[in-house]
Amino acid sequence: MSRKTKGLITKIVIFIILLGIAYAYLHPLIYMVSISFMSMRDLANPIVSWIPTELYLDNFKTAWKVLDVPNSIWDSIEMSIIPAIFQTIVTALVAYGLARFEFPLKRLIFFFVIAAFIIPVQVTYVPKYILFARLKLVGTPWSTFLPAMLGQGVKSSIFILLYYRFFSMIPIAFEEAAEIDGANRFEIFYKVILPMSIPMIVVTFLFSFVWYWNETYMAAVFNGDNIKTLPVMLRDFVNRYTAMFPTRDASVENRINEGIRMAATLITIIPLLIVYTILQRRFVEGIERAGITGE
Amino acid sequence: MTMMKKKTRRAITGYIFVMPWLIGFILLTIYPLFYSLFLSFQDVNFSTEGIKTTFVGLKHYNYAFRVDTQFPTLYVQSLIDIGLSVPLIIIFSLIIAILLNQAFFGRTFFRAVYFLPVVIISGPVLSELLTNRALSIVDPNSFFVYRFLSTLPSFINFPFLYIFDNLITILWFSGVQIVFFLAGLQRISTNIYEAAQIDGANAWVIFWKIILPLIKPFVLVNAIYTIVDLSSFPNNPINTSIATNMFNFQRPYAYSSALAWVHFLTTLGFILVALLLLRDRRRAL
Repeated sequence: MSRKTKGLITKIVIFIILLGIAYAYLHPLIYMVSISFMSMRDLANPIVSWIPTELYLDNFKTAWKVLDVPNSIWDSIEMSIIPAIFQTIVTALVAYGLARFEFPLKRLIFFFVIAAFIIPVQVTYVPKYILFARLKLVGTPWSTFLPAMLGQGVKSSIFILLYYRFFSMIPIAFEEAAEIDGANRFEIFYKVILPMSIPMIVVTFLFSFVWYWNETYMAAVFNGDNIKTLPVMLRDFVNRYTAMFPTRDASVENRINEGIRMAATLITIIPLLIVYTILQRRFVEGIERAGITGE
Repeated sequence: MTMMKKKTRRAITGYIFVMPWLIGFILLTIYPLFYSLFLSFQDVNFSTEGIKTTFVGLKHYNYAFRVDTQFPTLYVQSLIDIGLSVPLIIIFSLIIAILLNQAFFGRTFFRAVYFLPVVIISGPVLSELLTNRALSIVDPNSFFVYRFLSTLPSFINFPFLYIFDNLITILWFSGVQIVFFLAGLQRISTNIYEAAQIDGANAWVIFWKIILPLIKPFVLVNAIYTIVDLSSFPNNPINTSIATNMFNFQRPYAYSSALAWVHFLTTLGFILVALLLLRDRRRAL
């Protein structure tokens, strides 16, 4: 066999393996979509495995009601976009300070940025709750906004390191030129550096948005009962369902089934799926850059 | 003022940029970290003036491991989960990244698919998928290998059965790591492979002698990322215990704080093991 055909066969084998792995990745999503369109009859029918026999939308109607989507989607949007904006700005400020200025204890601060990453959020959970309760922030969006404004939001160390690397690569000549023109350091940051960093800002915002959207551990308790994001609603889905649709007897009517639960899960992630489908390049390339920073 | 040294002025400006983070770090990370350590040695009582604490030593830690009927099981479960998942995620994502690096067609598509879970994964979504059996891709019992392994003593077959049972979860937690590795692999110049091939090295030798040593720093970063990612995931059994015990009426706040510190020290322990196993030996000499 010639070298060329051997190479070709290897490539085809690799392609098939990658396709198999991709299937494993997508299987839960395909399963979720398929099940969520199935009526009770289809779910019970062993012959129906992937394609429902009829276009059945009741699962979505029920899940929509239980999740209280008209309210929770706005809570979700508010509780992810606003902290993401704060996080995008503040982490950029910190990273710029670290990348461009020399000051005492800078190395220590840099070390703390990395150290902060390895502390699981759950470790500081109780004292933060006590603190926020004392400041009367529990049950308000500020229990989420304040940490984001002070650079302690979800995975903020990653963003600081990403920005740090990005700013360090910008040639210093741009800033020197602006300084000669009489701009101060804050004007330089705002007028020279930020416009050059748009791709980085977009990536930070996207990840920040997605991670805030998916955050439930703090949100479930800190946001109180007035703010219920979609994932928090999904977390309490079974309880909410049984409260809304009590079963009086042992009949199957009204009983929760996996079709309804998968419909609810799908509703929760659809906004993320849309964002990802449009902007997947930005996501992947952002992490690629982080990988190089990792060294 | 105008005579203030340029150096001093720049240092002050630097501090102004870092200031929001610094305040946040002290107020929302350092203080809560040590306050939870303090609380873990106390009994907390609520009074009209607020919280009253009394020192009780290691009472809560003793309770967690000797009296609590649930926590020791959940703790061991978490140890096994992280201890097995981290190496598996690292190995799987390295293999996938190497395959992707060889692919000449559809690389962008596959990369996008493998990265998708990073964007949609959250505690409730994962539990819903798990309880509704969306994560079991095939019935492992239909494989001869699985049935054969099941007959072996549990200390031998355990890790293998774990892969079968948790395959998709492991893959779903590998998205970031695959892209990290891929970025690392693409930095290795193709000249090195060609030179090695001319010298008669096959793929196996190239992997062990060239790829692995060069990718090692990325393995360490990925290992630490994975440990932290799994430790702070809300469904981790320790994390659910911390949340459910917070308002435990017999031992409010304090017991959760003790569990939180057990969790923190365990995470540090895992990171230490990763550092010891993956540190650069040449530099150590």
